[in-house]
Amino acid sequence: MAKLKYKGLIGLEIHVQLATASKLFCRCAVEFAAEPNSRVCPGCLGMPGSMPVMNKQALERAILAGLALNCNIAEFTKWDHKSYFYPDLPNNYQISQYDIPVAADGYIEIETQPGQIKRVRIRRAHLEEDAGKNMHAGNYSQVDINRAGTPLIEIVTEPDMSTGAEVRAVAIELQRIVRYLGVSEADMQKGQMRFEPNINVIIEQNGDEFRTPIAEIKNLNSFRAIQGSVDYEIERQIEQFLESGTVMEMGNKSTRGWDDSRQVTVLQREKEEAHDYRCFPVQNIPPVKVTPQWFDEIRGRLCELPLSRQRRYTQQYGLSDYDARVLTAERGVAELFEAALKAGGDAKRVCNLITQAGMKLAKEAQINFDEFGIKPDKLAVLATMIDEGTVNASAGDKILTKMTQSEASPDKIAEDENLIQKSDESELEAVVDQSLAENPQAVEEVKAGGKKSKKARGFLLGQVMQKTKGQANPKVVSAILGRKLE
Amino acid sequence: MEQLSLLDVRNKIAAGDIKTADYVRQVLSRIEKVESTVGSYINIFGDEAIDRAAQIDEKISAGQKPGALAGVPIAIKDNMCTTFGQTTCASKMLENYQSPYNATVVEKLLAADAVIIGKTNMDEFAMGSSTENSSLKKTVNPWNTSRVPGGSSGGSAAAVAAGLCSGSLGSDTGGSIRQPASFCGVVGLKPTYGRVSRYGLVAFGSSLDQIGPVTQTVSDAALLLNVIAGHDEADSTSVEQSDAPIDDYLNKINEPLDGLKIGIVRDSTEGADEDVKRSLNEAVEVYKGLGAEVVEVDMPHLDYAVAAYYVVATAEASSNLARYDGVHYGYRSPNATDYVEVYTRSRAEGFGDEVKRRIMLGTYALSSGYYDAYYLKALKVRNLIRQDFDKTFGQCDCIVTPVAPTTAFPIGQNIEDPLKMYLSDIYTIPANLAGIPGISIQAGLDSNDLPIGLQILAPAFSESKLLRIARMFEKNTQWHKSKPKIPSE
Repeated sequence: MAKLKYKGLIGLEIHVQLATASKLFCRCAVEFAAEPNSRVCPGCLGMPGSMPVMNKQALERAILAGLALNCNIAEFTKWDHKSYFYPDLPNNYQISQYDIPVAADGYIEIETQPGQIKRVRIRRAHLEEDAGKNMHAGNYSQVDINRAGTPLIEIVTEPDMSTGAEVRAVAIELQRIVRYLGVSEADMQKGQMRFEPNINVIIEQNGDEFRTPIAEIKNLNSFRAIQGSVDYEIERQIEQFLESGTVMEMGNKSTRGWDDSRQVTVLQREKEEAHDYRCFPVQNIPPVKVTPQWFDEIRGRLCELPLSRQRRYTQQYGLSDYDARVLTAERGVAELFEAALKAGGDAKRVCNLITQAGMKLAKEAQINFDEFGIKPDKLAVLATMIDEGTVNASAGDKILTKMTQSEASPDKIAEDENLIQKSDESELEAVVDQSLAENPQAVEEVKAGGKKSKKARGFLLGQVMQKTKGQANPKVVSAILGRKLE
Repeated sequence: MEQLSLLDVRNKIAAGDIKTADYVRQVLSRIEKVESTVGSYINIFGDEAIDRAAQIDEKISAGQKPGALAGVPIAIKDNMCTTFGQTTCASKMLENYQSPYNATVVEKLLAADAVIIGKTNMDEFAMGSSTENSSLKKTVNPWNTSRVPGGSSGGSAAAVAAGLCSGSLGSDTGGSIRQPASFCGVVGLKPTYGRVSRYGLVAFGSSLDQIGPVTQTVSDAALLLNVIAGHDEADSTSVEQSDAPIDDYLNKINEPLDGLKIGIVRDSTEGADEDVKRSLNEAVEVYKGLGAEVVEVDMPHLDYAVAAYYVVATAEASSNLARYDGVHYGYRSPNATDYVEVYTRSRAEGFGDEVKRRIMLGTYALSSGYYDAYYLKALKVRNLIRQDFDKTFGQCDCIVTPVAPTTAFPIGQNIEDPLKMYLSDIYTIPANLAGIPGISIQAGLDSNDLPIGLQILAPAFSESKLLRIARMFEKNTQWHKSKPKIPSE
């Protein structure tokens, strides 16, 4: 049998929780893991007589996300009831956007290989409220309404991805974008970002083209799971097609869950139920017109997005892909980096300071590096001090650590901590002479050459460093030693 | 006892001529005497009212400035949320429901030092035209106890007519203030949609619902409107002061309008009783006598108003009433064996027939495949009716019509015939569809000595003008002085 020709056809449905202080239609706080039913009010509890009041900040963030995804933004925003009965939905309707999503017809770019960009089209992105959570215990169930009313944007892509790696790349890129713009904290573990791929496969067999039934995968809570489940599902669908010949038709879309421990997808629902959500416009919230001034104000909050920034860093500063990615992962870090360059720091040196010692410190403190509040000009001064040999690299790391704890300038810290290197030749020559005089055996070994020579030279250098309490510039000392021991 | 108007009571209390506590006791003793006959209240706050009256008296005797409704006993339809008592909507579903908050109108009444004396009966969830759909209580017409008080704010209208409060609040989705006001011979005002906050009004049809006053006189209605009108952050559909300023509606209430032009809709009273037609013609003559010009206007789409209304209102209701499921609050069936049955049985047992009928109608109208033919088409009709009004108000200041085709009908007569019942709102529904204000004032008595109402409709946010036009009629006629004789009196 000839090798099978196939192509995965994958679209994503993504729910992103907006990082707003309060819910979409009431003033209750949005808070993860609060005591059940402690962040509720008559509004999000769906109590009689309550009325929704739109959170303007949520709309602004949705528009910002839409702009970052290159979408057209609707001139006015309207809302719709989407009706279905479920205990976690207090009104038994969800307020969503049905026929006029806030954003539509955009795209997101990913780098499939270094330098190679692929566009995945965005069909629509709309705002909606999240539901609460049902919790089942033994023979009864309870409902926690805290999450109900949390603002979400639901983003739907076209089926433009064909591999698990591409889906993963889109997921990561989207997370970077929304975090960059402060639209969402996008923590998958906290359910702030939820991905549901819709997968099927086009298979070419004996000159004919077949499409396998679509499967939607749920319960994906890591990027690894996204990639693994998609790749698994593509293979599974091919096998199933070869066994049964089943192809896509009306009503045979299924829902599957990802079993992370076994690394397989498991059937959850065989046939998609024909839901009739009876969508119709919400009457209690007048449509909101996005005026040109307001729109411009929101657009002003856009910034260079991570992928383009990352590519610029490799091209403009000659940084590695890895370093560029690390630096651009957080907007604040990237902005600090760029500000430090503007203040005169060397790109590679500043990059090393941030990505090595800096990231380690940030990780320990469980914050982003920029959140230490180090001023970019001070960071630039430190980089220059290292470059000019005023301090050595390890002293630089020590100074950076101090800088995370105080507002002192790096030169002041270097002085206070005696970290400034001694590079004065005549001063160091005296110390070298003294060390040589005290260690004639080592001097002999160096001069004799051979096996022991290198070790003896290191020993002598160590002696000088010890006498200067580590402040001698090792390069200068090496040069003097070399000259003296010719 | 002579029935004082709300304004009189307010003025006498503020002037120290009468004590709030005395007056409230007087009203409570009247309630004791006739309420068992009329049945207007679901809940009476007797002790609380006396306590509050004492507080207000103290405030007045301490020389503090009394609020605009200081000491006035006001009744509230039982679909407005109060933290005191229940908020039942006259439904088994909410029979024991206690709201955690007060509706904005309730807060405003309390801030104006009103004494909230009780909560009134209504058709369940405001669905009906006779108050016969109440699952909790029977209310009769004070003019004739074998007749309905109208609905859905039947309790609010009956309480005012019977002198069991100085004024009340009702809600009007398709005529629910104006029609019972007409049947009970009192004044009922439906303000413009957006004029009064609906926050805390249990929703029936959110694009149609509006709270308004039921009173003995037009001036009383103006005073109550003064207190309850205004923008509310909690109701996004309430109109900003900058867009539609609120007047002091009492300010020029006694000034007649010069050059008043009254519109009457051609061929619109065909289905009405002869007494109703006669009364309308007499009212028009009264206005003519006061110098008004009468113009005949055409409203070509009015014929479709009832049909469009029952699609729009039920569609919205089907969604608004979805929340009553036995899961979070309200009635839960003790017979449910699994979670689906919590829904199905709680709703089957908790809702009355008319509510279920409307939920089914609305669900059907919104269903996929029917949406365009019903809901969308109804919205188009609604738009055409709005345009009819816009055009008509280019030719006249107001339109006068009957409030209902009949006077109060016998209890039980229409309850088995929903379509006939629905038609009793034929003259009131258009104002809700168009969002404009309308008022019902008494303009006659029929051959059975039952009150006949006159409806006046005016452009959106022109309540000031509307009230003045109504007051012109009232000032020059005696109908508002006719009172019912209640058997147990």
